[in-house]
Amino acid sequence: MEMFIQTLVAGILIGGVYALIGIGMTLIMGVMRIINLAHGQLMMVAMYITFVLYQFLNIDPYFALLVAPPALFLIGAAIQRYLLNPLIKIESIIPENQVLMTVGIGIVLTETIRFMFSSDYKSVKTSYSTATFNIGAISWNVPMVVAFILAVVLTASLFFFLLKTDVGKSVRATAQNKDAAMIMGINAEWITQLTYGLGAAMAAAGGTLLLPIYYLFPDVGGPFTLKAFIITILGGLGSAVGAIMGGLVLGVAESLGATYISMALKDAIGMVIFLLVLVFLPGGLKQLTKV
Amino acid sequence: MHFFETHRLTKAFGGLIAVNNVTFHVEEGEIYGLIGPNGSGKTTVFNLITAYYPITSGTIRFRGKEMNGLPTWKVCKEGIGRTFQIVKPLARMTVLENVMTSAFCRTSNTAEAREKALEVLQFCEMEKKIDFPAKGLTIGDRKRMEIARALATSPKLLLLDETMAGLTPQEQADGVQLIRKMRNAGITIIIVEHIMHVIMNLCDRILCINYGQEIARGTPAEVANNQNVIEAYLGKE
Ligand SMILES: Nc1ncnc2c1ncn2[C@@H]1O[C@H](COP(=O)(O)OP(=O)(O)OP(=O)(O)O)[C@@H](O)[C@H]1O
Ligand SMILES: [Mg+2]
Repeated sequence: MEMFIQTLVAGILIGGVYALIGIGMTLIMGVMRIINLAHGQLMMVAMYITFVLYQFLNIDPYFALLVAPPALFLIGAAIQRYLLNPLIKIESIIPENQVLMTVGIGIVLTETIRFMFSSDYKSVKTSYSTATFNIGAISWNVPMVVAFILAVVLTASLFFFLLKTDVGKSVRATAQNKDAAMIMGINAEWITQLTYGLGAAMAAAGGTLLLPIYYLFPDVGGPFTLKAFIITILGGLGSAVGAIMGGLVLGVAESLGATYISMALKDAIGMVIFLLVLVFLPGGLKQLTKV
Repeated sequence: MHFFETHRLTKAFGGLIAVNNVTFHVEEGEIYGLIGPNGSGKTTVFNLITAYYPITSGTIRFRGKEMNGLPTWKVCKEGIGRTFQIVKPLARMTVLENVMTSAFCRTSNTAEAREKALEVLQFCEMEKKIDFPAKGLTIGDRKRMEIARALATSPKLLLLDETMAGLTPQEQADGVQLIRKMRNAGITIIIVEHIMHVIMNLCDRILCINYGQEIARGTPAEVANNQNVIEAYLGKE
C-alpha cells in the first residue's frame, strides 16, 4: 500500500509538469488547429539555456525560469511569424504543411544543439537535486515538489490570463471562430504569434523545472513532443482543462507502469493509453466533463 | 465625396467572376439594400468590403479613405461592422462574453467593455439572455447576438447579411424595429435580404445584382417594377 501511494505521489508530481507542457501544445492546437511537432524540441532548447546559465554563470535553474521561458516566447513568436504564418497563404495540396514545417523546425533545433553541445548527456546537479523530506512513510523529492507547485502556479496564471484579460479573450475568440474574431477587431495573425510564443514558453518552463532531476541531451525533445501529443489527444484536442487531466493521467500511468510492470516500458505505457483513448474515448477526457 | 463607395469592384474565383464591376455609393444615415437571386454575389461583396477575400480589381472608399489592402481587423477599427449569413457564434462563451470580446475593440478596460456590452444587449433587447451559453441559443437569438456583437465595436457602417432568414414572422417584425432603431442611433446600414417586404419597408435605395453584375438600382418602388429584376427573380416569360 505504501509503495502504491509513493508511486501515485511521484506520478502526480511529474504529471503536473507534463500538464504544463501539454497545455502549451493544446493552446497552439486550439488557436492554429495544428499539432506542434516541435514542442519537445523547443523545451529541449530551453533546457540547454538553463544548463548554460547554470554551468557558466552559476545561475540557479529556478532563476533561469525568468530567462528561458521569455527567450522561448520570443523564439516561438518569431517561428510563427516568419515560418508558419507565411505558409497559410500558400495554396497547397497538403493542408497540413504547417505541421510538416514544425517537424522540420524540430529537426533543425535538435541538430543545431547537437552541433553546439555534442550528443553527450549533461545534467544540472544542484545542492537540492536529491533532497527529500518525509510525511509519514511517504518521501517527497524536493525539486519535484517545487516543480509541481510552480507548474500549478503557472497553469493558474495562464487560466487567469485567458479568462480574465482582454488579450486572453481575444485568444479564446480566435480559437473558437477566427472569422468572427477578425471582424471584432482582433488581429488574428498577431494572436497566433502570441499563442505560439506562449505555448513555447509553457514548454520551456516545464523543461526548466525538470532539469534538476533530469538528464539533458539533444534528443530529449522527441519523447516530450510525443508526451505532449498524447496529453493533447487525451484531454480532447484544444481543451486546456482536459490537458491538465491528461497530464496527470499520463504521469500517474507512467509511474505505476514503471513500478509494477517494468521501468523499461515506461514510455510504452503512454502509447498504450493513447491507443485506448483513441479507440474508446475519441473525444478525450473533455468528452466526460463537457468542458 | 460619398460616405461609402465602391468603384468597379470585381472578384474572380478562378474563372468564375462572382462580382463584376459593381459601383455604388451609400450616404451617411441611409439604409441601403443589396438584393439579387441566390448566388448572385451579395455575400461576396460583403466579404470584399470586410477583407475576407482580396479584391481582384476596383476600389472601396469609406469616409474618404481607401480601404483596399486593409486587413479585416483594421476594417473593423475603421468603423465597419458586419453579421454573417451563416452565424459564427463563439460557441463556448456566454452571450455577454461574446459581446464583451467585441467591445474590447475600442477599450482594453474590462469594466468599460462590460458596460458597453450590457448597453448594447439592452439596446437589442437581449438583457435576459446575457448568461446563456452561445451554443444554446435559438437561431433568432444567435442572429440578434451577432448584431449586438457588431454594435459593440461601435460601427459607423453596418453590413447585415440575411439577418431575417429563418426567423418567425414576429421575430422578423422585431428585427425591422431593431434596424430602424440602429439607423436612428446614427448607424448607416447596408442590408442583404431575400424577404421582399422587409427590404421594401426599410430601404431608402436598392441595388439589384445578378451573376455579379448590376441589373437595376433606385428606390424600392422603382426596383420592384423593373423588368430586369422581375425576370431575374421569376424567370423570363
Ligand atoms: N470562396 C469561394 N470560392 C469559389 N467560389 C465562391 C466562393 N465564395 C462564393 N463563390 C461563388 O460566388 C458566387 C456568389 O456567391 P455569394 O455567396 O456571394 O452569393 P449570394 O448572393 O450571397 O447568394 P445567397 O443569396 O445564396 O446567399 C456563387 O456562384 C458562389 O458559388
Ligand atoms: Mg449570401
